[in-house]
Amino acid sequence: MTALIAFVVMMSLAGLSLLANRAAANGADAAARARLIERINDLLPQTQCGRCTFAGCRPYATALAEGSADINQCPPGGDNTAEALAKLLGRPPKSVDPQFGVMPPVPMIAWIDEPACIGCTKCIQACPVDAIVGAQRHMHTVIAADCTGCELCIPPCPVDCIEMRPATTSATEVLGASRPHVLSG
Amino acid sequence: MVRGSSARGGLRLEAHKERSTRDPIGMAAAPSTAVLPLDQHAGGAAVPIVAVGDTVAIGQPIAEPAADTSAWLHAPISGRIVAIEPRASVTRACAPALSIVIDNDGREMRHSSARAIEDFLSLEPRELREHIGRGGIVGLGGAAFPTLAKLERGAQASAPTLLINGAECEPYISCDAMLMRERPHDVVHGARILMHALQAQECVIALEDDAPRAADALRAAIAQTENGRIRVQVVPTIYPSGGERQLIASVFGREVPFDGLPPDIGILCHNVGTAAATARWVRDGEPLVSRIVTITGDGVARACNLEVRLGTPISQLIAECGGYTPRVERLLMGGTMMGMALSTDEVAVVKATNCIVAASALDLEPRRREMPCIRCGNCAEVCPAFLLPQQLHVYARATDLDGLERYGLMDCIECGCCDYVCPSQIPLVERFREAKPRLATHLLARDNARAARLRFEERTARLQRLEAEQRQRLEEKRRQARRKDA
Amino acid sequence: MRFPTAAPPHVVVPQTVSKVMRIVIYALLPTIAVHVVFFGPGLLIQSILAIATALATEALALHLRKKSLQQYLTDGTAIVTALLLALCLPPLAPWWLVVSGTAFAILVAKHAFGGVGMNVFNPAMVGYAVLLVSFPAQLLTWLPPDVPELRTEQLSFLQTATTILTGQLPDAFTWDAITSPTPLDALRTNLAMGMTMQEAHASPIFGGFGGRGWEWINLATLIGGIALLALRIIRWQIPVAMLGSLAVCASIMYAIDPGAYAGPVFHLTSGASMLGAFFIATDPVSAATSDRGRLIYASGIGVLTYTIRTWGGYPDGVAFAVLLMNLAVPLIDRYTVPRIYGHAKRP
Repeated sequence: MTALIAFVVMMSLAGLSLLANRAAANGADAAARARLIERINDLLPQTQCGRCTFAGCRPYATALAEGSADINQCPPGGDNTAEALAKLLGRPPKSVDPQFGVMPPVPMIAWIDEPACIGCTKCIQACPVDAIVGAQRHMHTVIAADCTGCELCIPPCPVDCIEMRPATTSATEVLGASRPHVLSG
Repeated sequence: MVRGSSARGGLRLEAHKERSTRDPIGMAAAPSTAVLPLDQHAGGAAVPIVAVGDTVAIGQPIAEPAADTSAWLHAPISGRIVAIEPRASVTRACAPALSIVIDNDGREMRHSSARAIEDFLSLEPRELREHIGRGGIVGLGGAAFPTLAKLERGAQASAPTLLINGAECEPYISCDAMLMRERPHDVVHGARILMHALQAQECVIALEDDAPRAADALRAAIAQTENGRIRVQVVPTIYPSGGERQLIASVFGREVPFDGLPPDIGILCHNVGTAAATARWVRDGEPLVSRIVTITGDGVARACNLEVRLGTPISQLIAECGGYTPRVERLLMGGTMMGMALSTDEVAVVKATNCIVAASALDLEPRRREMPCIRCGNCAEVCPAFLLPQQLHVYARATDLDGLERYGLMDCIECGCCDYVCPSQIPLVERFREAKPRLATHLLARDNARAARLRFEERTARLQRLEAEQRQRLEEKRRQARRKDA
Repeated sequence: MRFPTAAPPHVVVPQTVSKVMRIVIYALLPTIAVHVVFFGPGLLIQSILAIATALATEALALHLRKKSLQQYLTDGTAIVTALLLALCLPPLAPWWLVVSGTAFAILVAKHAFGGVGMNVFNPAMVGYAVLLVSFPAQLLTWLPPDVPELRTEQLSFLQTATTILTGQLPDAFTWDAITSPTPLDALRTNLAMGMTMQEAHASPIFGGFGGRGWEWINLATLIGGIALLALRIIRWQIPVAMLGSLAVCASIMYAIDPGAYAGPVFHLTSGASMLGAFFIATDPVSAATSDRGRLIYASGIGVLTYTIRTWGGYPDGVAFAVLLMNLAVPLIDRYTVPRIYGHAKRP
């Protein structure tokens, strides 16, 4: 009798976990799919650079959720992002395919040679994250902290006055600033 | 705000303070050459305002604060600037840092333009804060955070409580205890100045229960001022009760939010040494050019507390204390728990130098061979930030950044308690310090990505809105054209 | 003058894993002594066999894994595993039982998982469980405690040794004459045969509050356990939660039907209750790691121990309860991360 009850309880528990697992894996409804896209998008570096061949990070996330893109298409995210995507999507890990682009060893951001800038605003229109300020016929400037290094501003510039330079903010500075003042500061 | 808990964790350590507190505070001789690193405070390095060849007097400003968080630097001796060049510095673990080097002319000339303000209440709080900043005052507990920056932050809170930190929890260090014992009036006067600068309603001077003489001296000094808003509170001697966040927890029973600072909960914490230095600057017009340094350990002949000019070489201090004993093995700046091991004594005292331990085998208890973690949990029991160091250790080894973030690596204060109790002798703090920059980089990249995403989404929405508006205008025009035709 | 540098802290406690293990071994001595008093010198021989096997297999595993013999062989963890396993085996069990159990514990449960600090399961309990499911008859053949009412002919030390090493009793003895079930086993069998608790308790193998002999062994273990607590080798959470939940389960069922279920005191002083609570469940490597996690982990062991003893297929349930809860440790750890200073919520 006891054995029977135990058996029934165990089997129903196993069944329940199986069902829960399936529901999660299938992502049956649209809401689940939207959540998945959101979670994937959260892992992407949001450079909106299009190196992945999609129009930005969210379109890539959507393609990943649909299974029509691979996890190794994001050079700015690098292997860390590829690994995180593999973990989230349950796919085998892969390193980034160099055909989508190779990132410089240090993070680079755009820099405008201001005397050469003619104030055409083309780069401002190209910048996906509003990191360039300036007005018509006035020189433009990159807000260094906001630049994601996507390089999208470089091709439209008619006078080639934009170049990529190493970013200056480093994590050690951030760490130094947030370091708690231990022991009677 | 986080409520409902007070200090937890921590260690009861042997204090080793008896030797250095036997004699009163002595005066160290002025150095023949003073070396002053420009980065001897937290934040941006100061910028020299003197040139090689200039003659300076004691207390004369020689470097001004850089644009952001930074501090003034004053000449501790009178003489000639002989160099502004990189010199080995304790601020960079004995690697060179840009320093101003002054040759002492022995004339002890004093800079004349500093003003002494007897009635500080006549100054506006904002004016007073700026004046304190010009004294080159920084936190003297060891972090050397510019006091002005801290005061400005604290003044944003309405009627904050001032906490004066005299809890000198690290073993061996006794400079604060001696200061409170011998110069309680400086501490109390400094507390009053800081209270006015902050418009604080209340001030608590906290110290540990192993310094009863200091507590008595402070109480007597407070009684003389007849200021009812300053009180002394004694906290149990448990390392690291002197940590700002830990002290706030044990005095007020409240916690500082992990992503905030004490002013966010209406508290501002300053070290007793900082208060005394503030008093000497405001009342006597003497900027921060000297500080009390504990020289102790079995590796030095005579242990004592000395008032030392900034820029004095540590080797000179050791010589004044009778030199090294043959047993000396390691030279520490700070205490044995968090102190930095110096590779040479040819480095100068800076504003953050509270203690020099010339340690022998008696003072040290070296690590044995490291064994794998057995998850005993002793580390979690003593962690004053309530972390699970045993789990952090696993994630640090696997460089699992998500795990490190979840288990609170960034909340680690590197106090060394976990390290101290580990039966497997794992150098936990060292591991955590190595892992922190990686996690910081990861978190920074993630925060940047989130911000970039928001800007991108706003931009997309804006472009769509503009497009819609344009279409609408076009439609409108067409309709008008049609109406005209009709 | 130049000095060598080192990372802080510059002082650490002179505690080491091998010192901790040595203290655990000392704390087991009262249990071993009382065990020998009631059940003869068998345990001593079993312990020697177990320790020798443990050290030999440990050395072999370390050699194969290219680890420092000097560093790891001396850490004492293998000896503790061996002693705990030996304490669980019948005093006259044949030598190959203890040898194969210990070898399995060290080679599979410990080193296959990565050695000291990495084992998911308590090695001693894995060794015991493997023996129990493989050779149930041998493991349930216990001796009666050496008390006047139950005294049978005693084997000398030499006779005990020959019995263990040959698997054959000396000519003058027969297995039937000198063996007896453990009180937990007897209680189970008797209740299963339809006896009431009072009838079952009439047997002389039941003592004042637990099984004869076993009650004193458990008390000796309690003393050793309290010593470990006092020396801060273990924390109160695991023993208190395990014994507490075992006592609560037993009290509830005893209150419902005292005729069919044994009371809490009997459960606490029978079988491996105390050994489990103070020495086995407290193995930190395979236990939950936060205070709250340890309470949950050990309560689970208590409940499972009671369940297996009362309704399960084996007379004692400590070993399986510990292994099952070992399995749950990653889950428990995941959900019992303590709140960090300055954070409003737990992570």
